[in-house]
Amino acid sequence: MEMLSNLAMGFGIAFTPFTLLLAVIGAFVGTIIGALPGLGPSNGVALLIPISFSMGLDAISALVLLTSVYYGAMYGGRISSILLNIPGDEPAMMTTLDGYPMARQGLAGEALVVSGVASFAGSFLATIGLMIFAPYLAGVAYKFGPAEYFALYMLAFCTLGGMGSNNQAKAAMSAAIGLALAMVGLDKSTGMPRFTFGELHLQDGIDFLVAIVGLFAVAEVFFFIETHGKDSAIGVKLGKLTIPWKMLKRTFGAMMRGTGIGFVAGVLPGAGASLGSFLAYMAEKSVARDKDSFGKGNPKGVAAPEAGNNAAAGGALVPMLTLGVPGSGTTAVLLALLLTLNITPGPLLFSERPEIVWSLIASLLIANVVLLLMNVPMVKVFVHILSVPAWVLLPGVTMIAFVGIYSLTGSSFDMLMMVGFGVLGYVMRKLDMPTVPVILGILLGNAMEDNLRRAMVLSNGDWTYLFSTPIAIGLWIAAILGFVAPIFLRRLLKKPPLPETDPSLNED
Amino acid sequence: MNNWSRAAIAALMMTAAAPAMAEECIAPANPGGGWDFTCRQIGRIMTELKLVPNMVQVTNVTGAGGGVAYSQIVADRNDDPTVFVAASSATTTRLAENAFAGATADQVRWVGSIAGDPGVIVVGKDSEFQSLTDLVDAVKADPSKVAFAGGSAVGGFDHLKVLMMLDKAGFSDARAVKYIGLDGGADAITQTVGGFAQAMTGDLSEITGFIKSGDVRPLAVLADERIAGFEDVPTAKEQGIDITAMNWRGIYVPKGISDEDYNKWVDWLKQVGDSEQWKQEMAANGLAPYNVYGADFEKFVAENVAEIQGIAKEIGLLQ
Repeated sequence: MEMLSNLAMGFGIAFTPFTLLLAVIGAFVGTIIGALPGLGPSNGVALLIPISFSMGLDAISALVLLTSVYYGAMYGGRISSILLNIPGDEPAMMTTLDGYPMARQGLAGEALVVSGVASFAGSFLATIGLMIFAPYLAGVAYKFGPAEYFALYMLAFCTLGGMGSNNQAKAAMSAAIGLALAMVGLDKSTGMPRFTFGELHLQDGIDFLVAIVGLFAVAEVFFFIETHGKDSAIGVKLGKLTIPWKMLKRTFGAMMRGTGIGFVAGVLPGAGASLGSFLAYMAEKSVARDKDSFGKGNPKGVAAPEAGNNAAAGGALVPMLTLGVPGSGTTAVLLALLLTLNITPGPLLFSERPEIVWSLIASLLIANVVLLLMNVPMVKVFVHILSVPAWVLLPGVTMIAFVGIYSLTGSSFDMLMMVGFGVLGYVMRKLDMPTVPVILGILLGNAMEDNLRRAMVLSNGDWTYLFSTPIAIGLWIAAILGFVAPIFLRRLLKKPPLPETDPSLNED
Repeated sequence: MNNWSRAAIAALMMTAAAPAMAEECIAPANPGGGWDFTCRQIGRIMTELKLVPNMVQVTNVTGAGGGVAYSQIVADRNDDPTVFVAASSATTTRLAENAFAGATADQVRWVGSIAGDPGVIVVGKDSEFQSLTDLVDAVKADPSKVAFAGGSAVGGFDHLKVLMMLDKAGFSDARAVKYIGLDGGADAITQTVGGFAQAMTGDLSEITGFIKSGDVRPLAVLADERIAGFEDVPTAKEQGIDITAMNWRGIYVPKGISDEDYNKWVDWLKQVGDSEQWKQEMAANGLAPYNVYGADFEKFVAENVAEIQGIAKEIGLLQ
């Protein structure tokens, strides 16, 4: 059992009282960073890298501290999703869909516990998956060329219809707005700027974090002002907190499926945690018997995307460590961390620096256990941070939104753009249009276009290239099914869904 | 200081804002890239050599491939003697191609370069191409059959390397060359290993691991001499194509500072470039020495910009 002895070595290096203390501090700080809208895992870790250096920590201690912050932020993102309807970071976007309705029904505590356990299941299993499969999975990235990636993104957009809104046309229109916004910026295939109006700040396109914070947080503030707090997210009460065993049991399948889907999405560079949580949610919705209650506070709709996004974060470490390709914004920051510690990820990392890899894995496992212990029983502590009176919270959210966005690029232009997105978000909410597809469009639109253009360059403009490999064909079939199936299924769904095996379960 | 008090400091520092610091290095990209590396290492070594009293603060000002940082320096901080900015070939390439919204290379002062990352051309391990000549011949025979992958957009430095190399080899139809731009060298490598592109061009440092593991085979290094640690990789010059393409790593400072301050930066950078710590960093990261300072460097930048403008006109990026 070479793997177990390697793991024992990793724990031998990474498990000391000092590192354990660092893990606790990191997990706590990370959870708060994740819970604050705008400050996600990427900028959280980025902000802390210089601090860990000025403290003179050795490589392993710095790794433990910062991976705890990273995973902490992944856990924390769900807290503001559920309580405020504002995703703390971009992968937590899907958690708002069912988490917030649950909180409105007085089930905030349950939603937090379910999502906390789902986060743990997702990231713990993904770390184990990383341990077992990393050497084999390294090659998967080689199988994905432009045609395959394009088909993968197609799959995401084809399954988009009908999410978060009762009107498919509105969802499609939101996605189109997102895709249109994604066109802004430098066109990679010609090197020419598009729709930038000579504005330097638009050359890199629109940062999706700017869009998220604007569409969710700033729009929420506008909405709050209009309604004087009635009907707004802010001020949700947290009831008595008990561990809802039955609900956990009921969502176990959703967690496992979410973990599997998320891990695979994470392993593919360029897909990342957001796609992982999105696909996990859509898949869960399509296999569940109680489809109609998705979007209205179904615990499975909380468990699946949370497991999915945390598993994807673990999966994304596979291409990052074995190829040096960061699969998402957050792994890009971890890559930066490793590089500053003088560790260059690549095909030789596992054989040349096993002590680094295995102590990283050990520190991920430590961070996860610490976070589970911290998040489930102590969730009230974090909630208190968010359940301060509205006159404190509202300026706080606004301030954090502005500071968070300013820390991204250090330019005031993005702050103005964020306010613009806030107005857009407010208008869309008034029109009952879902905002999640806008973000997905901005997030995936560029990569989708780049891959299509690359495919056309490689094939000299031959469209059949897009369907030329088995992987691509498989993804296209899945995409077409995902698009067509709901149209036929809807007729069946008009009938009331089958009741759960035990109706009393719905009361927990 | 024992571990427990360190941990207490950690907790304190995370809750309190970082203390104000004097010298600042602007990395015009996200953490993890080459510019960020330049800032952090130069900053660290300056502190260790006691050139500056405090830690050099690194600020990441991202956007427009360095353009946002550039215009910030030119417009807002033109006389700030405490700030310096990380730069590389990518900076001058974009300046030459007028990608910084009208800004020109003479709006700042170029301090120097302290390392270079030699360009390489690699192919997948099972590729039919055994030498640079094979590859060039294949392009000459049918340019639509050979796709190059690189880590920069069209018109970026990786693309220019291919075009300059082919131009020197006698193939001047730059528009016929197939090139796909990806997000960084590692991404471009996976596309080449996967067989989607036939060859890949990038900087040696980003490819080191893949060369050592045998996933890719280097055909040529675009340097004057073979690189230490990669002695079995021939230069392009040895194969009859007279090209060098070094991605230099250096810094610039605002135009409006005094000559005295400028000379201070040149002197500090020289001390960093000559230090043992920097030599270790270069060896660990696959960088080669490439030391040009002060007036020589300003001349080098001007020539470099003129050369790139020539190619950019040829491929239609500039009118």
